[in-house]
Amino acid sequence: MHSVKKKGFGSNLKESFFKNLFKISGLLTILTLLGIFALLLYSAVPAFKEIDLKEFFTSTRWDPTSPEEPEYGLLSMLVSSLLVTAGALFIAFPVGVAVAAYLSDVARPKTREIFKPVIELLAAVPSVVVGFIGITLIGPLIARVFKMSHGLTALNGSILLAIMALPTIISISEDALRAVPQSYTEASLAVGANHWQTLIRVKIPAARSGIIAAFMLGMGRAIGETMTVLMATGNARSFPHGFLQSVRTLTANIAIELGEVPYFTTHYYALFALGLVLFLLTFIINLTADLIMEKQKRKLL
Amino acid sequence: MSRSIKKSKNNKFEKSVLLQWVGFFLVRLATYAVLFILIYFLYDIASKGYKSISWEFLTEAPRKGMTQGGILPAIVGTFLVTMITAIVAVPLGMAAAIYLNEYAGAGRLTRLIRLSIRNLAGVPSIVYGLFGVILFVNILKFGTSVLSAGLTLGLLTLPWTITASEEALKSVPDAYREGALALGATKWQMIRTNVLPYSIPGMLTGAVLGLARAAGETAPIMFTGAAFYLPYLPRSLKDQFMALPYHLYIMATQHHAIDKARAIAYGTALVLIVFIVIFNLGAIIIRARLRNKWRN
Amino acid sequence: MEQIISFSPQETKIQVQNLNLYYSKKQVLKNISMNIPERRVTAIIGPSGCGKSSFVRVLNRMNDLIPEARVEGRVLIDGENIYDPDVDVVALRKKVGMVFQKPNPFPKSIFENIAYGLRIGRHLKEEEIEFIVEKSLRQAALWEEVKDRLNQNAMSLSGGQQQRLCIARALAVEPEIILFDEPCSAIDPIATARIEELIHELKKDYTVLIVTHNMQQAARVSDFTAFLWLGELIEFDRTEKIFTNPVNKLTEDYITGRFG
Repeated sequence: MHSVKKKGFGSNLKESFFKNLFKISGLLTILTLLGIFALLLYSAVPAFKEIDLKEFFTSTRWDPTSPEEPEYGLLSMLVSSLLVTAGALFIAFPVGVAVAAYLSDVARPKTREIFKPVIELLAAVPSVVVGFIGITLIGPLIARVFKMSHGLTALNGSILLAIMALPTIISISEDALRAVPQSYTEASLAVGANHWQTLIRVKIPAARSGIIAAFMLGMGRAIGETMTVLMATGNARSFPHGFLQSVRTLTANIAIELGEVPYFTTHYYALFALGLVLFLLTFIINLTADLIMEKQKRKLL
Repeated sequence: MSRSIKKSKNNKFEKSVLLQWVGFFLVRLATYAVLFILIYFLYDIASKGYKSISWEFLTEAPRKGMTQGGILPAIVGTFLVTMITAIVAVPLGMAAAIYLNEYAGAGRLTRLIRLSIRNLAGVPSIVYGLFGVILFVNILKFGTSVLSAGLTLGLLTLPWTITASEEALKSVPDAYREGALALGATKWQMIRTNVLPYSIPGMLTGAVLGLARAAGETAPIMFTGAAFYLPYLPRSLKDQFMALPYHLYIMATQHHAIDKARAIAYGTALVLIVFIVIFNLGAIIIRARLRNKWRN
Repeated sequence: MEQIISFSPQETKIQVQNLNLYYSKKQVLKNISMNIPERRVTAIIGPSGCGKSSFVRVLNRMNDLIPEARVEGRVLIDGENIYDPDVDVVALRKKVGMVFQKPNPFPKSIFENIAYGLRIGRHLKEEEIEFIVEKSLRQAALWEEVKDRLNQNAMSLSGGQQQRLCIARALAVEPEIILFDEPCSAIDPIATARIEELIHELKKDYTVLIVTHNMQQAARVSDFTAFLWLGELIEFDRTEKIFTNPVNKLTEDYITGRFG
């Protein structure tokens, strides 16, 4: 006769070994996120021994290498980041939702199966290649259209970031549209609405949270993008006054200066402070998107 | 009296019919525009880059202040760094995915892990670069090296490999699990014999996609190990290295003779793109095959 | 072998002629011909998977949503073949309303759910819309329960109320035919009784088809009953005849519960 009681510690050793191995890997993700935050904070704090916190957040002048009076104000760069991102979303959001609507509601299944991977391919194009295209194609185009000496402007960055944010916006919006229960569509069609009316009046409102989340994630992607803006927006260090001006974003500034700065100086720490601002900014955006999507998921269940 | 259901003569001009036509036209136009832009970019780089591609270009180091010669050190450097990325991100990604999909309940810890994964995926790549500088270059004293850059990219890739691995695990039908458990298998036996064999191809496909994206990243390696110019190949993990994306950045923006360097920049961009497109197409095809396999 | 009752052209609302329906290669409906009478309740019964739901979805072309669905044969409503190329599917679906298995209100207010069909087609003044909303809710016997909370989300209603809301929503666009696809399968017995009562009322003005796997329900609400089996129409006759003295052995076996 075989007993069905537990056989003691020995036989469970292997089981718990593997379980814990996997669990530790899972916990590592939390640790990494916390680690990024902690180390950025740790490296940013020394900067404020010499920099006034108020100056850091409210001054538009960033000139750490000035021989007389180094200045550390992030406002110009922050506004530049937001400007380029706003321009990118202005283009990418309507286009992205339209493409999502096409894929979920208009395209035949066969067409969809071909188009979707192609759009995923767009997400795989490295940002440095997109930046290169900004230098060789879009920038010169802008220069010609607006009769300027060069096209390395905020507009250039916005167009390129729009292209980079598109795959995110498309795929999240499409998921949201496809998650709308078929019964809503049927109910709408059954009272004599056509497909367009159903899309606009029933499906998009029902998928609203998911589409907003797509917007947020697209925004996070655009704000954090480095190489593209570094290569394509000209990097002028002044406060931006329009889209046809060279700008320097937070990300670009870190990339430009970190390569040249001596380690463990105020300037070095100040760059980590910029990184911390960037991290918190994207973290809040992504977290918001996340909460919105969770809510949507619960609502549709 | 009953109403007719025939289209009225001016049905085509009815507002709702017209609106639908215009609406569908616009969303279709948007889609074609996006596809056109992608294809045009690829075409532009291919048509201008192919002239630079030659046997020498792929097998020699840069010469004469990087205005001549090839990109071999950059190819090798990217390959080496991606290897380290793989060693970090693939096993950890699989393990974390196994935990989430097979072991974890619906508790608070699981939600926290998932939240972390999604947020890690949204951390800007330059922030990973900063993190790498502090942790790997300075605290752990790996210096600016292949190792530091590879580890940094490994962490950046981790959320992608976890997500892809979990998707692969989810596609294994629950019946396989129940079948094993009903025969008296332990959890780990079940995973080893009846879950992993069916999900490993999918996991690896996803991993390859993630690695291809990591190989194209620039910002995280700029300050953790990538070098402007190195005429030789890295000899140890503590050496600096050249990388394709960083090389493209240099050739496109930082070179003293931008015009002379342009041809090399196009060639580098093409090599990078071809590399990434091949991996993506391969993964897409394998994924489609796998999906059909489980469905039937 | 099959017993199919027939109606004079004046009595007939829907004529189904040699209807075949395929989902890719699988044939779901096999050569169905029947005349469905106007202003009567016709029940479609049969074991699950026999094609009942697919059959009513042919009548308002809801099957168009399934890319691999293919229809052969003719379906005439008031003498017009609904599968002719010059048919306006939107007009068809306004004429042939449908109530689904599970209540499927939109995540909008009660009022907007019913106004939805009115806002998409014609240009109506807000007072007209209000009038029709109230009328439809009264017809669906829901007005008294919801008149004070028309702006509340429809999702807050009970299952039975939601289903009556869906009936009101279908009525608001003034259809001539209403298809009920197992309308009570997801709601409790008391709510079911109310909906059956309602169906009984509706036949004064509408041609009603109801798909049900509940034979007592078919017996209670319908005037005529069609028995479908594996995609074939086995028998179609007066309801009392079907339930008391069926001609076909299969029908008898089914209604006496020998399979199903």
